[in-house]
Amino acid sequence: MTINKTTEDSKLTIALEGRLDTVTAPELEAALKDSLSGVTDLVFDLSALEYISSAGLRVLLSAQKTMNKQGSMVVRGANEDLMEIFDVTGFVDILNIE
Amino acid sequence: MEELTLDAKVEHLDQVLALVDGLLEKRDCPMKTQMQIDVAVEELFVNIANYAYTPQTGQATVRARLLDEPSAIEVTLIDSGMPYNPLAKEDPDITLPVEERPIGGLGIYMVKKSMDKVHYEHKDGQNVLTFLKCL
Repeated sequence: MTINKTTEDSKLTIALEGRLDTVTAPELEAALKDSLSGVTDLVFDLSALEYISSAGLRVLLSAQKTMNKQGSMVVRGANEDLMEIFDVTGFVDILNIE
Repeated sequence: MEELTLDAKVEHLDQVLALVDGLLEKRDCPMKTQMQIDVAVEELFVNIANYAYTPQTGQATVRARLLDEPSAIEVTLIDSGMPYNPLAKEDPDITLPVEERPIGGLGIYMVKKSMDKVHYEHKDGQNVLTFLKCL
């Protein structure tokens, strides 16, 4: 998985590419830990993400919980297959998906 | 039928997925179905790797075969660890608001929801979990 971070004032965009699974989710968790301080506007760009398992969902949920305290979070570009997973798990209701 | 026995460690997930995906390539399986199957394999194998033999490690066996009429794949995961039926776990409440959502507990739920049949038995000292997905 590739993690691309773009910062613009207090807005952070994280573009994910590849697979967000048991093996790669800790990398994203670590990247978020290092970079969420002072961020009020978090955007996940998932347009190049091909796969997500529960380990990846956990990291997104955890990010959502953090951002609820300090700003807002948006998930963008998820393909149909990812949307199916968000749907089955009820994540469509708790994430702000565009 | 394809079969693979290896140490139940998260870093071996790739090998397990390669076996299953190799079979799926023989059928014209939609990407969405393949992802659902990969997710199921990942959740079940990682559960074995993380919990079955704690604090030691042990082995897991993965068996997979393609079926006809209707076209389907059947995958079985076997371990000799602590007896544990993951299907007996209560489903998470997926209607809870974000603040009340526990972090975790979604893996098995996704398997149950997206596979066509899931079956567990404890047999000869082994946990045997089988799922079937129509292709």
